[in-house]
Amino acid sequence: MADIQELQRIASQVRRDIIRQVHLCQSGHPGGSLGNADLLTALYFEVMENDPSFNMEGKGEDIFLLSNGHISPVFYSVLAHRGYFPVKELATFRQINSRVQGHPTTHEGLPGIRIASGSLGQGPSVACGMALAKRMDGDDKTVFVLTGDGEQQEGQIWEAALFAPHNKLDNLVLIIDDNGQQIDGPTEEVLKLGSFEEKYKAFGWDIMHMDGNDMAETVKVLKEAQAKRNGKPTCIVMKTEMGKGVDYMEGTHKWHGKAPNDELAEKALAQLEETLGDFPA
Amino acid sequence: MLSLDKLQSTGKKATRDGFGAGLKAAGDKHDNVIMLTADLRGSMKSEDFINTYPDRFIQCGISEANMMGVAAGLATSGKIPMTTTFANFSTGRVYDQIRQSIAYSDKNVKICASHAGLTLGEDGATHQILEDIGMMRMLPGMTVINPCDYNQTKAAVQAIAEHHGPVYLRFGRPGWPIFIPEDQKFEIGKALHLNEGSDVSIFATGHLVWHAVEAARELEAEGISVDLINIHTIKPLDEAAVIASAKKTGAVVSCEEHNKYGGLGSAIAECLSKSAPTFQEFVATDDTFGESGKAADLLDKYGLGIKDIVAAAKRAMAKK
Repeated sequence: MADIQELQRIASQVRRDIIRQVHLCQSGHPGGSLGNADLLTALYFEVMENDPSFNMEGKGEDIFLLSNGHISPVFYSVLAHRGYFPVKELATFRQINSRVQGHPTTHEGLPGIRIASGSLGQGPSVACGMALAKRMDGDDKTVFVLTGDGEQQEGQIWEAALFAPHNKLDNLVLIIDDNGQQIDGPTEEVLKLGSFEEKYKAFGWDIMHMDGNDMAETVKVLKEAQAKRNGKPTCIVMKTEMGKGVDYMEGTHKWHGKAPNDELAEKALAQLEETLGDFPA
Repeated sequence: MLSLDKLQSTGKKATRDGFGAGLKAAGDKHDNVIMLTADLRGSMKSEDFINTYPDRFIQCGISEANMMGVAAGLATSGKIPMTTTFANFSTGRVYDQIRQSIAYSDKNVKICASHAGLTLGEDGATHQILEDIGMMRMLPGMTVINPCDYNQTKAAVQAIAEHHGPVYLRFGRPGWPIFIPEDQKFEIGKALHLNEGSDVSIFATGHLVWHAVEAARELEAEGISVDLINIHTIKPLDEAAVIASAKKTGAVVSCEEHNKYGGLGSAIAECLSKSAPTFQEFVATDDTFGESGKAADLLDKYGLGIKDIVAAAKRAMAKK
């Protein structure tokens, strides 16, 4: 049984790390990162079989790919606390000569990263390739890939949406972060996305829903998706709140790609319990 | 050592047929070689591979961007994916996917591109890419290869399967003279000396190598000694071979079925300008799109014929 309280404690530290990474370099994307702290914590600390000693191929392991690479602060914090690389390296986020680049990359050799992302819409295709390889190799583990909701406006997304069911990739789980926000404003105003459920159903996917800021529900739904093998890929439409955990960042696109100043960073950190120890600045 | 008298056409086959034969051979040797295509399996002459290894063939449909990503994922998992479609759809259409998911991500993906250049013929300029070498050459870490006949293409496919890292392999549609010996070793990054000479250097890649051979024969008949070098690997360029030849002859011609900007000619000029500045003539398309027509007529119209190479060699020599 998952220790939900313990997962929530980890997620709280992850949220502190997000604020502190972005504040230190005065750059980065806190909003979506905060919204996905519970999801990534659940995946890496409870749901996925994953080995922090890290090898690129990940044979015999569950795989997570981050397609919306701009929420890198949450990815880095979770990987570091899971043991993929030293937590103190988070202080180098977006600084010169760092492995902790603005957007995730394999290029600097940071353990835990399997594909560069940042230019949107590419992760699901890569995930399809890894899911195919697992099937070819008789590896029964699962490939998870996260995209933003705004990212679903990219055309390549729908190429992969056709490819996965055609190839019966039931070891593939696509999670859409349905927070309703993108850089220029609410998705409803920028470019309407309509119903993900109806779209993906029509493409031949199984659909699941979850509240990605409810840890117990997130763990439960992810495990169900992970166990499912019925010839269809799974799309989880995940509701989250952008900026979750920091009152003045919640529910607005304004903190999508903006760093808080000293005062606001302090205000944010006062709302987030330090549970695992802050990385040294 | 090769020389003009040994370079005789033994018949015609397309370089894409060489790709199909090379893919089968690479697949026989490496069970992790995977072929992907975007609704163009028939054009890739790879039925032998597909029929022998149906489980290692992935049909992606008309979704080239997705194909590049799927290939990146397969490579992440230790496979050797070879993507196949026309050169236009292998590069310009999917530049960002190649840039981020393959090149920047250090993935061992082989981008195998047929129907490159004008010789695609009747389909016209929408399909006749003349900028692909330039685009691929600019990507950090990308190896760029443009073999010249059936035998060389077959050998190149087997070589790239053994090479770790992203590769752009460019070949073409039409039947073309086979003149490179079947047992000629293919070494990535190593220029192939076709004829030893002292008056002018001709560097050629792809289909134009055959034209350069024929041009060299004409020049030799006129008493001009031609140092003829096949640059099948445009990146990494065999700089030592290029510099040595240019220093020897003092006059250079580059020949390619590509725009004069960004391709083989540019690569040679960049190389020579650093350590052996040499007068150079560019046999290439003149910053233009192509058009419909027969391959031979197009090569003639766009200045890529045998006579164009002969004239360019004389112009280069006159500047000495």
